[in-house]
Amino acid sequence: MHGSAKPRKRLVRIEVNGRWCEDAVSDGDLLVDYLRDVAHLTSVKVGCDGGECGACTVLLDGVPVSACLTLVVRCEGRNVETVEGLVKQGRPNRLQQAFHEKLGAQCGFCTPGMIMASEALLRRNPHPSDDEIRAALAGNLCRCTGYVKIIESVRHAAEASA
Amino acid sequence: MSVELANISIARPATIEEAVALASGPDARYLAGGTDLLVNMRRGITRAARLIDLAGVDALKSISCDASGVVVGAGVELARLIEHEEISRRFPAIVQAAAAIAAPGHRNVATLGGNLCLDTRCVYYNQSEWWRSANAWCLKNRGDTCHVAPQGERCHAAFSGDLAPVLLVLGAEIEVAGPAGRRRMPLAELYVEDGRAHLTLAHGELLVAVHLPADGRNAAYEKVRLRGAIDYPLAGVAVAMTMQDGRIESLRVGLTGLNSRPLLVAGTEAFAGRAVDDDLLKAVDRLVQHQAQPVRTTLAAAHYRRLAAAAVARRLVRRLAGG
Repeated sequence: MHGSAKPRKRLVRIEVNGRWCEDAVSDGDLLVDYLRDVAHLTSVKVGCDGGECGACTVLLDGVPVSACLTLVVRCEGRNVETVEGLVKQGRPNRLQQAFHEKLGAQCGFCTPGMIMASEALLRRNPHPSDDEIRAALAGNLCRCTGYVKIIESVRHAAEASA
Repeated sequence: MSVELANISIARPATIEEAVALASGPDARYLAGGTDLLVNMRRGITRAARLIDLAGVDALKSISCDASGVVVGAGVELARLIEHEEISRRFPAIVQAAAAIAAPGHRNVATLGGNLCLDTRCVYYNQSEWWRSANAWCLKNRGDTCHVAPQGERCHAAFSGDLAPVLLVLGAEIEVAGPAGRRRMPLAELYVEDGRAHLTLAHGELLVAVHLPADGRNAAYEKVRLRGAIDYPLAGVAVAMTMQDGRIESLRVGLTGLNSRPLLVAGTEAFAGRAVDDDLLKAVDRLVQHQAQPVRTTLAAAHYRRLAAAAVARRLVRRLAGG
């Protein structure tokens, strides 16, 4: 602000997968880098790094956002969830289980983002139609083009929890 | 950390007045959802030392509806706009346009004001630093030649916001706050036909709200794009039409993704009193083709975008006429 070349840091408190973290971050730090490099949650993938592929999708206060388009300072006092946080007592959640059983993951790179976008959908709408699943995953690219299996996996997870 | 964002500072004002005061400094920019701005900053095509984060300004987030009209704060997120019952009942075209913007994750943070003030786009501009340097930059950023129209003297980057054409055909006005106070003007006056500087906002001015009439039910929006999500429009068309006794009472057509500004097609008042038949649709087609000025700013051919815009305009007019 006063011509100082050194970027100032500030402390932010963020609830990451149910645990409050306090870290010093720069104003320009992006959530994707914070989660990968500081919180060591490497399920958050850097795909396009420009908001086009959805591989870095995480939940911010329960809604899906691209972590590569999110400044960490905007997450102060808020709740962030990644796919690591879905595991309870070492057991995969319904979507992780369904992606495993229905072969929803091919190379696996898009999978964490797909699962987080699907998780947000199922919390809001436990029994989505195929069109609703497609709409919810419209921002997530699968370079293996395994969309049919991905949609089947989400449908299976919804049925399994019925 | 991204190198381009390494030295920025972020201010988080709570009121419009605070935001405007903070933005008066040099190198300051407003940050709304950031889904386009942060990408552009990281690509080095937009620079700012200081971002004024509007996310905490509650006064920008209200939606008020009554019998005299509707006022939507510029900070309302697209997802909220789509889910708002009163908005979808009165203005289905706004919901159609907002739902066609980017993807769910973007719409949770991207705002109405951000979409109206969206930077113009071009295949020579929205590229990485090394790509642009290898192509000798361009007129919009650091260079002196527009690669789309090298003989010309202006930048032809296309305005690609989806909401502006809808708000134009609905007759929206905008409210702007700045160092000199507030002003209100028709939305069309926010834009000029210059891809390098398409907004008429002065430095430090902030779009705070959009004023709509009480009702805009008979309108529709559709866009043409390569990918069914995320992609910006190759051509986007909004149509608002009212009919009386089977004849057109009023017809307005708005375009986006083609010119450097969203365009309200001129001359449609001449269609009043006519029936929606093949002759009318042909006349609408001709008018759109004549006024749309797509140039080679996308990988799709400019001529295709012109034809697509005209075809969508015809389709929407027919649909709104109930055909």
